[in-house]
Amino acid sequence: MTGPDLKIKIGGWTLKNPIMTASGTFGYGEEFTPYLNLEDLGAVVVKGISLEPRSGNPPPRIVETPCGMLNAIGLENVGLEKFISTKMQIFRKYNTDFVVNILGDSVEEYSTLAARLNDTDIAAIEVNISCPNVKKGGVAFGVDPQMAYEVTQAVRRRTDKPLIIKLSPNVTDITVMAKAAEDGGADAVSLINTLLGMAIDPATRKPKLANIVGGLSGPAIKPVALRMVWQASKRVRIPVIGIGGIRTTEDVIEFMLAGASAVQIGTANLIDPGVSGNIVKGLLGYLKQHKISSVRELIGGLKTP
Amino acid sequence: MPTPRDITSIIVENREVNPKIFLLSLNTSDLDIWSEAEPGQFAMLKIADMSCDDPLLRRPLSIHNVRDGKIQFLYKVLGRGTLLLSQAKPGTALRILAPLGNGFSISNSKTHCLVGGGMGIAPLLYFARKMKEQQPSNTIKVLLGARTKNELIAVQDFTEPGLYDVKIATDDGSEGHHGLVTDLLDGINASPGDMTVYCCGPHPMMKAVSNICRKKEWKCQISLEALMACGMGACLGCAVPKKGIGIQEYLHVCSDGPVFKAEEIW
Repeated sequence: MTGPDLKIKIGGWTLKNPIMTASGTFGYGEEFTPYLNLEDLGAVVVKGISLEPRSGNPPPRIVETPCGMLNAIGLENVGLEKFISTKMQIFRKYNTDFVVNILGDSVEEYSTLAARLNDTDIAAIEVNISCPNVKKGGVAFGVDPQMAYEVTQAVRRRTDKPLIIKLSPNVTDITVMAKAAEDGGADAVSLINTLLGMAIDPATRKPKLANIVGGLSGPAIKPVALRMVWQASKRVRIPVIGIGGIRTTEDVIEFMLAGASAVQIGTANLIDPGVSGNIVKGLLGYLKQHKISSVRELIGGLKTP
Repeated sequence: MPTPRDITSIIVENREVNPKIFLLSLNTSDLDIWSEAEPGQFAMLKIADMSCDDPLLRRPLSIHNVRDGKIQFLYKVLGRGTLLLSQAKPGTALRILAPLGNGFSISNSKTHCLVGGGMGIAPLLYFARKMKEQQPSNTIKVLLGARTKNELIAVQDFTEPGLYDVKIATDDGSEGHHGLVTDLLDGINASPGDMTVYCCGPHPMMKAVSNICRKKEWKCQISLEALMACGMGACLGCAVPKKGIGIQEYLHVCSDGPVFKAEEIW
């Protein structure tokens, strides 16, 4: 007797299960090998890479908030070429799918990143369009549907890898952004990135982050993420990857019922480095217990009145 | 260095040794981890059980001592997380990720001087003990500072006769030298290259210590503290500015430290 089928598909890419790690919370993967087997995961999404190295923001970069945390790391990374020559060598040691998250200040930068990565053996590209500023007029890609469409289209032209567009929740209507990504040629959208927030120390009257504002993550944002996944999945035909405060198997099931085809575990990795592997096991157990033959049966299975 | 693990340990004792300062002792069946842990390395402790969302993050605490099958941490109640930890009763299970980071490294100097200010004493006890075990003939000076006598912590652990040359400074003169611990350091005569200073305490104190060491051409290692989420180099939250010219670069307290050579930072 075979067990439940955990496989899901994104474009032409088949993942062994729907559990991925979220960019920026899982290093380059290898840091977590004392706590889990990377090969158990559906995919590993590594931290965001830009064309040139970035040193990031001054400290303090993080602060804990009720049921969550704010971060303003500032996209610290080693830059594309060093990433390819050093960090990517790590990937070859593991029989698992690695996804590279890319970020840029202009459409050209995103295109160059995609073109260069297209020649490597990574499984997919995730495009982070939640960066604060861009060259033309300072409009953020992530909050302007036209810009989101243009960057998606530009990247699509330079790669035949599965293409995921990671959406910012700091918009009036997430469905418009999801549709723009779909129209631009994305194979999937992942959401949500962090919610913009801030924290103040009343004793010193200073912001608790040197950057003043930062991105809120953790269980605190799960209800917002769930709602946005539900809305976006009704609007687009491409798969939606749910992100936001997931730390248990039950959370994953909620996101899949809301319409997610897969999920990414983020902040939970920072607290419980083995959690993503445990969730894969938990999901398998849930399917067996409820005699569900395929995890795909959960996708969009929400019962509404 | 041992590979870190995520283990469960049971609280044996959680005692207030000074106002707001607690000595936490945990029983551990995973003694192999602790016996291999380097002094100056740290652990990430989940205050309540793993399903607790608030507080969400683990807390970084440096290893204070390992003895008789127990691991000890010294911590100060600063916020809600440490307040909850201080209320935890013996028998409570805690999840601990350890050992993490890079600890102190014993140099080949003839004389070693450990300088601790306030809570900075926490990682120094285990270090002093390990150093004595490994190099019994070394001279180990220990300089401990606090604002006042009542805030001196764990001094009795250092004052076993014959082990270390201990001197104390208090800001108000209620014990030992009336003044700063850095005065005691400045008063030591040792040739360049003959002495290494290992320091943990408030930032201004460590900076003053590193200045003295630069002037006297002594090697100096400092143990830094930072807000951190993961403790294992994934979140990059615990950045500390790296000394240098040009574009500001950062080191990370959890993975590059917490013990640094003073010249990497200042």
